[in-house]
Amino acid sequence: MTEQAFDLAVIGAGPAGAAAAIEAAQHGLSVALVDEQTAPGGQVYRAPVHSAVAAGAEGIRLRDRVEASGVSHFRERTVWHVAQGFTVSCVSAAGVERVSAPRLVVAAGTVENVLPVPGGTLPGVIGLAGATILLKAHGTIPAGPTVVAGVGPLVYAVAAGILAAGGQIAAVADLAGPRDWAARLPALASRPSILAQGLRWMAEIRRAGVKLRFRHTVVAVDGKRSVTAVLLAPVDRTWRIRAGREETVIADSLAMGHGLVPAGEIAQALGVEHVFRAEAGGFVPRLDDFQRSTVAGLYLAGDGAGIAGAEAAGLAGRLAGLAVARDAGMLEERAFEEKARPVQRALARAARFGRAISALMAMRPGLLDLVAQDTVVCRCEDLDRAVIEGAAAAGAQDLNQLKSSTRCGMGPCQGRICGEFAARILARHHGVNREVIGLWTARAPFRPVPLDSLVGAFEYADIPKPTFDPR
Amino acid sequence: MTERFDTVIVGGGIMGCVLAHRLAAARQRVGLFERRGLCMAASGVNAGTLSVQIKREELIPYAMRGLELWRTAGDWLGDDLGFRQVGGLVLAFTEDEARTLTERMMQRAERGAPIELVGTNRARELEPGLSEAPVLASYCPVDGYAGSYLLGEVMRRALGREGVALREYCPVQRIEPGRGETEVITAQGTVRTKRIVYCCGAWTERLLAETYGVRIPINCRVNQVVVTERMPKVFERVIGAATGLLTLKRAANGTVLIGGGWQGVGDPEAGPRELLPENLIGNLRLAAHAVPALRRARVLRAWAGLEGSSSDGLPLAGQVPGQTDAYVLACVRGGFTIGPYIAMLLAERILGEVPAMPLFDPARLCVEEDEAPRRN
Repeated sequence: MTEQAFDLAVIGAGPAGAAAAIEAAQHGLSVALVDEQTAPGGQVYRAPVHSAVAAGAEGIRLRDRVEASGVSHFRERTVWHVAQGFTVSCVSAAGVERVSAPRLVVAAGTVENVLPVPGGTLPGVIGLAGATILLKAHGTIPAGPTVVAGVGPLVYAVAAGILAAGGQIAAVADLAGPRDWAARLPALASRPSILAQGLRWMAEIRRAGVKLRFRHTVVAVDGKRSVTAVLLAPVDRTWRIRAGREETVIADSLAMGHGLVPAGEIAQALGVEHVFRAEAGGFVPRLDDFQRSTVAGLYLAGDGAGIAGAEAAGLAGRLAGLAVARDAGMLEERAFEEKARPVQRALARAARFGRAISALMAMRPGLLDLVAQDTVVCRCEDLDRAVIEGAAAAGAQDLNQLKSSTRCGMGPCQGRICGEFAARILARHHGVNREVIGLWTARAPFRPVPLDSLVGAFEYADIPKPTFDPR
Repeated sequence: MTERFDTVIVGGGIMGCVLAHRLAAARQRVGLFERRGLCMAASGVNAGTLSVQIKREELIPYAMRGLELWRTAGDWLGDDLGFRQVGGLVLAFTEDEARTLTERMMQRAERGAPIELVGTNRARELEPGLSEAPVLASYCPVDGYAGSYLLGEVMRRALGREGVALREYCPVQRIEPGRGETEVITAQGTVRTKRIVYCCGAWTERLLAETYGVRIPINCRVNQVVVTERMPKVFERVIGAATGLLTLKRAANGTVLIGGGWQGVGDPEAGPRELLPENLIGNLRLAAHAVPALRRARVLRAWAGLEGSSSDGLPLAGQVPGQTDAYVLACVRGGFTIGPYIAMLLAERILGEVPAMPLFDPARLCVEEDEAPRRN
C-alpha cells in the first residue's frame, strides 16, 4: 500500500474542493485533491465523458485552473475511510492507497431525495441528478416522452436540457408555484445572470409547447415492465394533493427530484458537531466564519456543508483554502484578513441566493402523504412504509433503531436513497420534528468497496496477528 | 410518589434483558434502565456467532447450555432471531497453529463440546467454499448463528409482555445505597429498589467504583465487524481461525459477516470512536484466505462494539463485594452465546434458589482502592 504525505488533503473536486485546493496551493502548500470522477467539476460542472458532448465554460475553466495549480489530483478514487489527523484511505482500480495530511478539507456535495411513490421503482424512473449526469457527461437523454417533476431549478435545467438534446418532454411538474418563486425574487434578483438562465429555461420549455404545471406533483407511476404513464395532481401550499384533479400523462420516462441533503458522512464519522437547519438541507456541520469545523484541522465547504449553490460553494472553498494557508503558517494574519474579507462578503451574497433556492426546495409536510403504506421506501431491502410505521409503533425512535429492527438502510445505497424519507416517516409517527430522529451513525466504508480491491495480493505470513486471543 | 421495585437492572444489554425477563416472570417488580436503546452496544452489534468450540475451556459447559437456551428461544423469548445450527469450522493455517488448535480443542472436547479434528480434505467436504490454505480444522456440528441486530426489538417485546418497567434513553445518574433500599437517580426521576444489578458491560467498572468504592478493573475491547452486500452462497458454515482472529458467517439474508476481534479505537466514555483501516484490511485478508470467493463481494458496512473483559477473562456474575443487595453481571466473553444462560443462573440465585452451575464471584478480581468512593 502506498502512502503519500501532503500539507493538505481535499476530498471532492467540485467547485468547493477545487477552489480550496487551488487557493492553498497558491500559498505554497502541497495539496492532494481526491475525487471519484475522471476530471474535476463535481456534479454541477461535470466533465463530458463522451467526446460529442460540449463542456460548459465554467467546467473548462475550473479544470484548467486545477491543471495549472500544481495540485496533485487523485482521480477515480473512492474514499472509503478517513482517520483522525488525517489519513484518507482510497481505493481504485489500482488497489488501496493512502493520502495523509495534517489538514483536511471535505467538500463532499449532496445526495438527492427522490419521493417514493407507487411504481417509483419501475425502470424508466430516474433522479434529476441522474438525468443531469446523463446529459452532461454522456449527452444521453431518457427514452421517449419524459415527465420531469419535483422541485428546484434542476426541474427546468433537466427539461430544457432534454429538449436541447432532441428529446421529448411530456410534462413538467413543479411543486413550487409562481408565488413561491415570486416570494424569493428579491434574493434571486441578487444574481440576475442565474435568474435569467432560469427564465430562459422556462421559455424554452414553453416554446416547445410544454405546459408548466406549477404546484403539481407526481402521485404514482404506471407500467408493468417499465414506465407507461405518470399520474400528476395539483397540490396546495403544504404540498398536499387536491383530490379528484389527477391527470394521467402518457410517458416512457420520469425524471424527478425532491431536494438535496448534504452528504455529511465523512465529517460525522470524524466527530464534527452538526446542527439542524432545514433551509440548508438538514443536518449541517457547525462552522466558524472561515469554514473551520469543530474538529481541529478539518474544514468543510460547498453544498456538503449546507446547500447554498455552486457559486457559494466556490467562494466557501476559497475561504477554506485561505484559512488552511493561515493555520498552516503560510499566510500572515493581516494578509489573511485582507484576502478573506472580500471573499466572505461575496460568499454572503451568493449564499443568500443559494439559500433562497434551498428554502424553496425544503420538503413540506404534504409530500409525505403521497407515500402509501405499501410503497417501497427502502429499495435495497424492499421495505414499504407500513414496515417503517410498524417499527416506529414497536418503539423505534431514531434511524439507528429503525435500521436494527428492519434492515432499512442496510443495503448497497447505505441509506442514501431511503434515509431522509424513513426519518420523516418516523418523525411524523412520533409527532416530533425531523431533527429529533437524527441520522444513521456514519462509519466507513463511505461507499461500497470491492473486497478484492481492499485485500489485494498478500501472503498469510504478512497479515499482522495483533494478539493471540485465547478464547 | 417514588416508584418502588424489587429489582432494578442498570443496563439493557443481552444479560440485563434476560435477567429482567426471568425475574419478572417470577412475579418480581423489575425496572430496567438503559441510557440508550436496548441491545445497541455489544449485544446487538456483535457478529452474531453462536459457537461452542471457540469458547475457553472453563466456559464450555455454560456454552453448551447457552446454546440450548438459544435453540429454545422461540418458546421462552418468543423469537429465536433466526437461530441456525449450521456447524462450525475453526481453521489452522500453519503447523504452529495446528498444534495450538489440537491442544485447545482436545481440552474443550473433554469438557463436553462435540468437537472433532479434521484434515484438509474432510474440512473441504464439510465446507466446499474453503481454500486449500488450512492445514488442520476442528469441526463442531452444534455451532451456528443468530441475527444479533434483531435482539433489541425482540427483547423490547418480551420485556413488555412480562411487565418489566422499561426505561430506554434514561441514563442512571447516581446510585445511593441505603439500608434495605437503594435509591436510583435517573434522568427521568428517582426510584427505590430492594436490590440492584449492574449489567453495564464495559461501563460497569466506573459505576461500581463511584457507588461502592469497589474497584474491579475491566478491560475494554473495541471489536470491529464488517458486513458485505448480499451475495451468492459461497460458503455455509460458521468459520473461525485458530488464532481467534476470524469469525465468518453467511446470514440468512445473504450478507456475510466478518469479525474476529480486530480492534478499533474507543472507550466506555466516548463509545466506539474510530475504525482502523489496517485492521479492517487484516480481517478481510484472513476472510479471503479462508474463503477465496469472498473476493467477489462488496464491503458495505463496518462498525465496532465495546466488549468488557475482566482481568482473568471469565465472567463477573455474583454479589458486589461487601454488598448484600447489589449484584454484577458483566464481562462474559462470547456473551452472545453464553450471556443468557449466565443471566438465568444469577436469576436463580436472586430468587433464592441454588443455581444449576456455579456463578463467577466478582470478589476474586477486586483490587484495593484506598480512596473513598469517588463522586464525579
